[in-house]
Amino acid sequence: MANLTRADVEHVAHLARLGLSEDELSRLEGQLNHILDQYVVLTALDTEHIPPTAQTIELQNILREDVVQPSLAVEDALANAPERSGGHFVVPAILGGEGGA
Amino acid sequence: MADLTRLHAHEMAPLLRSGQVSSRALTEAHLAVAERQNHALNAWLVIYRTDALAQADAADARIAQARREGPAALRALHPLCGVPIGLKDLVSVKGGQATAGSKILKGYIAPFDSTVTARLRAAGAVILGKTNMDEFAMGSSTEHSAYGPTANPWDLNRVPGGSSGGSAAAVAAYHAPLSIGTDTGGSIRQPASLCGIVGMKPTYGRVSRFGIVAFASSLDQIGPLARDARDAAILLHAVSGRDERDATSAPVAVPDELLSLPASDDEAASYLKGKRLALPKEYFVEGMEPGVAARVREAVAVMEQAGAIVEEVSLPHTHYGLATYYIIAPAECSSNLARFDGVRYGHADRSSGEFIADYLRTRGAGFGPEVKRRIMLGTYALSAGYYDAYYLKAQKVRTLIKSDFDAVWAAGFDAICAPTSPTVAFPLGAKLEDPVAMYLSDACTLPVNMAGLPGLSIPAGLSDGLPVGLQIIGAPWSELSMLRLARAYEGITARATWRDLDPAELSLTDDPTTPSPLQRKERLESASAGGSGGQA
Repeated sequence: MANLTRADVEHVAHLARLGLSEDELSRLEGQLNHILDQYVVLTALDTEHIPPTAQTIELQNILREDVVQPSLAVEDALANAPERSGGHFVVPAILGGEGGA
Repeated sequence: MADLTRLHAHEMAPLLRSGQVSSRALTEAHLAVAERQNHALNAWLVIYRTDALAQADAADARIAQARREGPAALRALHPLCGVPIGLKDLVSVKGGQATAGSKILKGYIAPFDSTVTARLRAAGAVILGKTNMDEFAMGSSTEHSAYGPTANPWDLNRVPGGSSGGSAAAVAAYHAPLSIGTDTGGSIRQPASLCGIVGMKPTYGRVSRFGIVAFASSLDQIGPLARDARDAAILLHAVSGRDERDATSAPVAVPDELLSLPASDDEAASYLKGKRLALPKEYFVEGMEPGVAARVREAVAVMEQAGAIVEEVSLPHTHYGLATYYIIAPAECSSNLARFDGVRYGHADRSSGEFIADYLRTRGAGFGPEVKRRIMLGTYALSAGYYDAYYLKAQKVRTLIKSDFDAVWAAGFDAICAPTSPTVAFPLGAKLEDPVAMYLSDACTLPVNMAGLPGLSIPAGLSDGLPVGLQIIGAPWSELSMLRLARAYEGITARATWRDLDPAELSLTDDPTTPSPLQRKERLESASAGGSGGQA
């Protein structure tokens, strides 16, 4: 039986940058444990010598000529920005507190 | 001319070329039905009347020009020139919305065309609008859309399947002959099955995903929904092929024979002679409705009578598919959806003034419950200390699931036949509170994504008045052969009475007093809460 605690759920939510209500955390605690219980079937399989599959079509290193091609214009790239300044996206300060880094 | 919305795309093409019908007339006819019935179905999130009519006029001009230039110029036109189509609302169309069924992308305007959009434009197709879907394509009922559920035209109290439920309902209801969907674990095939139409998930790498909102990148594929195999083949032809802007799109030739599947039922049926079809015993157990299993076995039996060689096979790791998929897909989604940070586009809450708190608020308010559940699962499965036990383990089991299929192809089979969905369409709200029950809807389709194989669903009759889909699974890059098999099955069942039936509640959608799917869902929920003593 999976045993994800309320504290675990809160930790994972923080890692995932999801702000969840108390209600959501409670529901998820039950649901995630129920879903994790379904994963138990896999433990019965011996996979020690089985290589993992990350993709199925075995394509490797597709190269193209190194020539300049048109790409998204700055104005188009910024058109959906919640906040912009000149040719830039505005992001919250990530260093320092009062008065910045 | 009779009702233009009843035409298949392959019937429209010659009428357009001979001038018997215009793309404008076709587009007007489909727009009128879609606009009139959408309140009852909620298949469309947006309908582009003005743009569609402009595209129709441009297609009419192209066809007229080709007619002046002569037969060679007419033949050079793609059969989709002038044909109306719907796109799932995660396909980027420059200047239009691409919500992916999510609040977090409300108001986002795509700054470029997806490759699929560009190829449809090059072919001359007419984009009618964008269709409803489960949020970020996560779901099997379209009830996880932030913009309300879609109803199934066979029974308006039931789901159309998902996640491409809007695309499937729109085609089943004659709002468009064709639509585009995406399929990560069954999201084209399962709604096609539940709505009684054809849907195909091509081989991983067949169709470029540039400009499509990503869910799980080692599984996602784009494909056609249509009312017959010939139309599905034509749409697949238009959008397939290598694209430099998607490194996972494969340099594999796209066969032009997709454009010429047999028109004659007898000729089509003759393709079955000597074909070896595998029937996997593991696909007929665990929660399969008897009516579904019966229709699928009958379908295989008539193919056998028509000359196919049918043998039972074992895909021994099928039982592990669901758990494996529900580790891999959430893990990849948790990574892909990290991009929704409220900085470059989409919903942004900057009220706290502190960057982590802003992320938490933006994402907490922007994503719906199923997306949050999967991000949580994926984040957990990838987190330190659990990676080997979950994600790496699942990738290893994925190898075993793929090798099950490899063994079938090595034994010389042409295709695998199985049910598409274990059940017919279920009532709105029935599985919404039980994620595991909802996940089981894709038990027969998700192994195909994990193996990267092409799979299609084709109508195989009714159970309790609701459509059942036959799934045909093929070896990599065998889409042409699979569509020929599907066309052959259409040929041998051409005179079956169920083929002539309209979706049973389609006529109700014309009535403006018919409730919306959201109203129906709320009514069903309050009825079941009242009936069972008011439980929460």
